[in-house]
Amino acid sequence: MGRPTLAVWKFASCDGCQLTLLDCEDELLALTGRIEIAHFLEATSAAGEGPYDVSLVEGSITTPADLERIRHVRAVSRKLITIGACATAGGVQALRNFGDVEEFASVVYARPDYIATLDRSTPISAHVPVDFELRGCPIDRRQLLEVLTAHLTGRRPDVPGHSVCFECKSRGNVCVMVARGTPCLGPITHAGCGAICPAYGRGCYGCFGPSPNWSGARPNTRGLLPWLDMTEDETHRVLATFNVSAFREEQGPEPLAEEASDDASQ
Amino acid sequence: MNTLELTGLGPLYDALRRAGYTVIGPTVRDDAIVLAELDSIDHLPYGWGVRLAPGGYRLRRRDDGAAFAHAAGPQSWKPFLHRPRVKVWEADRTDDGFEVKDAAPEPGRLALLGVRPCDLRAIAIQDRVLTGGRHVDPSYAARRDGAFIVAVNCTEPGETCFCVSMGTGPQAGPGYDLSLTELTGEDSLRYVVDVGTEAGARVMGDIQAGPAEPAVVDRARAEVTAAADRMGREMPALGLRDLMAGSLEAERWDEVAERCLSCGNCTMVCPTCFCTRVTDTTDLTGDHAERWQLWDSCFDLDYSHLHGGDVRSSPKSRYRQWLTHKLGTWHDQFGSSGCVGCGRCIVWCPVGIDLTVEVAALRAETAQDGAG
Ligand code: SF4
Ligand code: SF4
Ligand code: SF4
Ligand code: SF4
Repeated sequence: MGRPTLAVWKFASCDGCQLTLLDCEDELLALTGRIEIAHFLEATSAAGEGPYDVSLVEGSITTPADLERIRHVRAVSRKLITIGACATAGGVQALRNFGDVEEFASVVYARPDYIATLDRSTPISAHVPVDFELRGCPIDRRQLLEVLTAHLTGRRPDVPGHSVCFECKSRGNVCVMVARGTPCLGPITHAGCGAICPAYGRGCYGCFGPSPNWSGARPNTRGLLPWLDMTEDETHRVLATFNVSAFREEQGPEPLAEEASDDASQ
Repeated sequence: MNTLELTGLGPLYDALRRAGYTVIGPTVRDDAIVLAELDSIDHLPYGWGVRLAPGGYRLRRRDDGAAFAHAAGPQSWKPFLHRPRVKVWEADRTDDGFEVKDAAPEPGRLALLGVRPCDLRAIAIQDRVLTGGRHVDPSYAARRDGAFIVAVNCTEPGETCFCVSMGTGPQAGPGYDLSLTELTGEDSLRYVVDVGTEAGARVMGDIQAGPAEPAVVDRARAEVTAAADRMGREMPALGLRDLMAGSLEAERWDEVAERCLSCGNCTMVCPTCFCTRVTDTTDLTGDHAERWQLWDSCFDLDYSHLHGGDVRSSPKSRYRQWLTHKLGTWHDQFGSSGCVGCGRCIVWCPVGIDLTVEVAALRAETAQDGAG
């Protein structure tokens, strides 16, 4: 039997997560010894035919063409793994979900009628079944290797869903929120980065999206926000980044700046 | 045993080093008084105190040079004895199967300098949990066996301390090799030293400390006694166990679940929480595997994952597990309370959830139910 084949696909995204694969410098040789990278436009222009054993999918669904293509990717992939905040939560481009796309388009483009776009940016899992979601903006190199290695061995990847605080405490960081009053999203954010920001004295920005500690319910932003020592506008912005659609409750198309406080009043 | 006196801790530090110990103690780092390896006795937090509040910790300057006039810090001694990450074993593929290797032996012996009475009791509780049953945790046991404990009695309790309620302080109970009481004076720090073990006596013999004057001993004892009246919190232990067992359906659990983030900080800073998970890893070649034991917490959704789903899927059920285990079912399991009153879970909860307040609310609610 030959090596399992791997394909890497891109939708609406910045390429940062795909590049994490190339960033696995020390492990890349060992990896290509076990896996045949058959489709990866960032690394080579040669594209294999498929079907593929594993597909890594980066990016969110934002256009009618994306909708077609993701179905094709699913059809040619035995296992489909989404990587990064765009693919798992819609990315920063999901800010459009809280605004009016037609209005943006008319302001930004000279000929908005040439623009074929959907009014929402959605994760891959909203359209096709996904076998595993790896979070982060960008994803973490060690976690990517863990997911691929686990696949090769036929075991469950060790990608815990607890909060970033677990990683802080395990590596001995002093909590920046408690000891300095620095706002930090770590308590409600999915672990995976190794608590890098708090290790350098900064609060967590929530790159990995909400920790699934709530069993499907919304993360407890209501419990955390009053403790962040921020103005209403600031707390609003702090949730409006790479995982905006996962952290914030959608309130229909309303201009951001005029939107009232997030959800504290509900 | 006898009571000795020291001026400054330099000689004690040197004696511990001569005896082959790595000395761990309090020191200022990242805006907090953390526990870390001390390269020199000069790195103790001389002249620093702390201000503690639910969800808040600030260093403050003191007008004396005291090294131990601060209450519990961000972490207890737990990370040094019950490590957050322990490799259990590793295995390599061989021509006819695989070969298992035990993990590397634990490193040299630790001297824990400045163990508070609450933390001393917490170590005894972890001893019971991790070495007192049929299944001994080998990593913990090895580190614990080699450890030398220098306790420090508390003369300056913090705003979130309640060791008196839990019967653990401010005077150190048994379990120390040496116990210090710090006395601040004009230009020097003096320490009254109680010797608890033969090992402690040997270290003190090495520095030839003289006996303490009775007046000095009296002053030291009086300061510790006075500290008992200055606890920042109280949580009467009487009836706690029954309260936990009898309030499982209380509405207060829903109320606290609105505020709790399920972040797990309380369990990780708690000096007695011991839970771990085990995970197996393989490398890319597929020829090398490792088994790791990692800290876990009942606030992790996966902690209660069984075939078919998560047993404690709601934040409410997880907060209730934490509090009822600490204060209730711990008695059934290990014959004591799981709380020593250090106050860390109050301070290091990012949203300031205070177990003494939650317990008071549960008491009030069940009393009302009983009355009505
Ligand atoms: S710094 Fe942030 S992530 Fe780390 S323990 Fe504190 S709140 Fe949690
Ligand atoms: S429950 Fe809280 S106060 Fe009690 S020992 Fe644990 S951290 Fe300290
Ligand atoms: S409170 Fe939770 S983490 Fe702590 S010992 Fe009990 S079950 Fe384990
Ligand atoms: S009580 Fe506080 S520290 Fe514990 S899980 Fe809830 S929010 Fe986190």
